[in-house]
Amino acid sequence: MSSNNDTMGKTLLVTILLCVICSVVVSGAAVILKPKQVANKEVDRKSNILAAAGITDANKSVDELFEQITTRYVELDSGKFVEPPAGYDEGKAAKDAELGESLPRKADIAGIKYQAKIMPVYLVEGADGQVERVILPVHGKGLWSTLYGFLALEGDLNTVVGLGFYSHAETPGLGGEVDNPDWKALWPGKKVYGEDTTDPKIGLIKGSVDASTSNAEYKVDGLSGATLTANGVTNLVQFWMGENGYAPFLNNLRAGEA
Amino acid sequence: MSKTKDVLVSPIFTNNPIALQILGVCSALAVTSNMATALVMTLAVIAVTAFSNFFVSLIRNHIPGNIRIIVQMTIIASLVIVVDQILKAFAYEISKQLSVFVGLIITNCIVMGRAEAFAMKNPPVQSFMDGIGNGLGYGVVLLFVGFFRELFGSGSLFGVEILPLVNNGGWYQGNGLMLLPPSAFFLIGIFIWIIRTWKPDQVEKPDFEMAPNTKKGAV
Repeated sequence: MSSNNDTMGKTLLVTILLCVICSVVVSGAAVILKPKQVANKEVDRKSNILAAAGITDANKSVDELFEQITTRYVELDSGKFVEPPAGYDEGKAAKDAELGESLPRKADIAGIKYQAKIMPVYLVEGADGQVERVILPVHGKGLWSTLYGFLALEGDLNTVVGLGFYSHAETPGLGGEVDNPDWKALWPGKKVYGEDTTDPKIGLIKGSVDASTSNAEYKVDGLSGATLTANGVTNLVQFWMGENGYAPFLNNLRAGEA
Repeated sequence: MSKTKDVLVSPIFTNNPIALQILGVCSALAVTSNMATALVMTLAVIAVTAFSNFFVSLIRNHIPGNIRIIVQMTIIASLVIVVDQILKAFAYEISKQLSVFVGLIITNCIVMGRAEAFAMKNPPVQSFMDGIGNGLGYGVVLLFVGFFRELFGSGSLFGVEILPLVNNGGWYQGNGLMLLPPSAFFLIGIFIWIIRTWKPDQVEKPDFEMAPNTKKGAV
């Protein structure tokens, strides 16, 4: 290292050149690889929808399997199917003045602050057009992050088929256990609603559910060491299954009026 | 042994960055719960150390002394972002598992340590080899730890079942500790023990020694 490197001019020159080159390299990589990454995310999203619905077949690609799923859009307030505006993205719509609304603090138990008025739902229909499964996108605040996932219901619109999260940043090994297959296996067969189909009863409890637990069909084991993540999961399921979420839609669907 | 070959091979066992220099242990705990993530992490670290050494060495005669650390960091950080982007595009599943730890290669002391200690004073090709060597040294430990953690924790290697687990109807009860990061401490400790038994010159002199008991009869 020669000492004339330490002049003001040389220092500035090296810094500027380095920054320019590095930023070109970094942004170049980001831009060139973007389409591939977006495609990966899409496949990931589809496979998460399929996983939540319990549809798996090792011999078929994700896109092939996804063909049996119909994507529809639902206006949450009225609970009716609607045609969304072209290029609709519920994530962006939530913060839009027209397409989204800000939630009053009291109603916002999932801690999401903004909610889109129209949400996609994914239906698996039988041969006679009867709905066999409904897959609903849900999200809500855990401890560190917003958890994004899908909740799948049977055709009776009450029995859970599965719950899975595709994006979150909870503590690995504690809250991150929401991805644990053993824990996810506790969900199928649980019931969301009791008598009242606007007031979901399902939720996580502290400790584990066993034969002596009353109303066990509405309860799922908590996550040990992750009380706040577990509360977050309870709240987000309660929120999305409640009247601000999909309850009006599910009631319409039950009555055959959606 | 030629110098180039020496800088490539010696970090693997004789001068291993984790075992001898005790650098980069943090990520070695985090990403070794299975072989696949350990392998991808190894490749990522090799790529970053090799190229950051190469580029730092390439401009080493022009780096002003008082901002050299920042210059090194900028190069390392850029490379890490590029590696992260490539992983997200071509190995999405694994990049999801590695999550933040790819980004944290930036803070891996091995990368910075080699840039400052070796690349600043040596020509590019040798620095590149030194980077690969140190990445390999890191990788050997990662794979060693990953091998035992996945085998005894999940009964599999690279996701292929070796010891059938009880919950899948087999006979092997998975060792839960192996799946948790602290188990890597024990395994790295054992690894260091093995290396130092094999190469006793790596054993440090104890900082303190018990003085011989000079007063006879005193209890």
